[in-house]
Amino acid sequence: MSKILVIAEHLDGKLNPSTARAVSAAAAVKPEAIDVLVLSDKVDAIAAEAAKLQGVSRVLTVARAENAHPLAAVLAPQIAKAAAGYSHVFAPSTTFGKDLAPRVAALLGVAQVSDVMSVEGSHTFKRPIYAGNAIITVEADAAHAVVATIRTASWAAASSGSNGAPVEALSVDAVLPTHTRFVELKQGKSDRPDLQSASKVVSGGRGVGSKENFEIIYTFADKIGAAVGASRAAVDAGYVPNELQVGQTGKIIAPELYIAIGISGAIQHLTGIKDAGTIVAINKDGEAPIFEVADIGLVGDLFKLIPELEQAIG
Amino acid sequence: MKILVGYKRVVDYNVRIQVKPDGTGVVTDGVKLSANPFDDIALEEALRLREKGVADEVVVVGIGPADLTAHLRNGLAMGANRAIHVVTSDAVQPLTAARAFLKLVEKEQPGLIILGKQAIDDDANQTGQMLAALWDRPQATFASKVDISDGKAAVTREVDAGLEVIEAELPAVITTDLRLNEPRFIKLPDIMKAKSKPIDTIEFASLGVDTHDQLKTTHYAAPAKRSKGVMVKDAAELVSVLKQKGLL
Repeated sequence: MSKILVIAEHLDGKLNPSTARAVSAAAAVKPEAIDVLVLSDKVDAIAAEAAKLQGVSRVLTVARAENAHPLAAVLAPQIAKAAAGYSHVFAPSTTFGKDLAPRVAALLGVAQVSDVMSVEGSHTFKRPIYAGNAIITVEADAAHAVVATIRTASWAAASSGSNGAPVEALSVDAVLPTHTRFVELKQGKSDRPDLQSASKVVSGGRGVGSKENFEIIYTFADKIGAAVGASRAAVDAGYVPNELQVGQTGKIIAPELYIAIGISGAIQHLTGIKDAGTIVAINKDGEAPIFEVADIGLVGDLFKLIPELEQAIG
Repeated sequence: MKILVGYKRVVDYNVRIQVKPDGTGVVTDGVKLSANPFDDIALEEALRLREKGVADEVVVVGIGPADLTAHLRNGLAMGANRAIHVVTSDAVQPLTAARAFLKLVEKEQPGLIILGKQAIDDDANQTGQMLAALWDRPQATFASKVDISDGKAAVTREVDAGLEVIEAELPAVITTDLRLNEPRFIKLPDIMKAKSKPIDTIEFASLGVDTHDQLKTTHYAAPAKRSKGVMVKDAAELVSVLKQKGLL
């Protein structure tokens, strides 16, 4: 039987929603136990949140001052030790998990399955390659632990509130390196919904034209309570910060409603939104590839259409 | 300081990938191959560090079949001092690639290794992190800014929450994100010059790396297609459709 260790992602004392999605993927393996591992300097609040997630058997905590920031070089040796006795180690396929999980896999001497979309068996998974243009089925060697990152857009979050898993402090005997140090995190301050977990997202692309013009996207997003995203072109051009990028090398998201404004729809962008419920495209070029994947398309000038949309919404 | 740069050849990013009807792979015959875009960024960063006087030698490393030479010549034309070609006709998974790199690290003793954060074919995003783990050295992944001084790298990383800055003692592994730099174009005279630059050839088997790949790909499939949508004529109709669906 399988026993799965899920690595909790968190920031500022709060559990990241990606963790609950990784727990859902773990449940799909039908294991005998799913334990969540919380590494932090202050573990209590995060552990309490994780303990509420449906399907979690135990929450294990390692509270150390060195774990105040998520440095892969510091966390990986602790996870590799904690992984003893587990058949699988899962982390969300966010920048946190992508940075950390391969370091854990290498310490364990095992291959990693990146971006798990579906679980076909305890050691068989589907994952995307070529920016999602091909989906492969991979089999991991059953003789070793499986280290995997979970493509969060493919999994609903495990429900919260009904569970009360026990929280246990874990003592991990690992020598931690001092060669890597955290300096600072520059966070965009925003009261808008989180791009990765929002149910509605409004994204702007090159067609928006400038940083100043992007205000129209922000205003419209606020009007309908949406998070704001962007294409790579808009980020490269400096209209918006990097954390808004949606696509192959940015965030992979699955909102109920995605509104792409002034985005032509490069294949690298489309791979980031293909799990969205409804895709709306607004573009002045009726031949833009975005219309091939859009559920609803509207051709026209965004600077004319957005005010009209706001008026029609009321 | 010597910098090793991973320089992988992949299907060009503009190619629309087709899955073979029998599910055994993707069509690669006659398809345009190019340097992995993230690896071009890695090489560009190494060249800039050399131009600043931080590094004195840039070595591009490729793992692949005999005809990889032409691709490595491009890296030399871009400005690398020399190339190392690890020759194998087998596909190499990230853990195996990391183990092979470690063997080269032991021989070459670089002060810095720069790799792309992912290759746009397998999209694994693993090799740099695995190499750093096996080497027991720092990793600075998804870099958008690199400053080297006093034996340390201050690296700005593109993370989901924003920009994270970390400090890593050298030697270290850095993996590149898109906005680290814009790679230079290769000029004709540099292509001529590259012809006389050395490419060391090493048989993969001679590295003594465990090639027992642990992941088996059993099937390739095309992704589920989204069905063709509808066009609406104006803003009012769009809002009405979205309201009907309960999305507004």
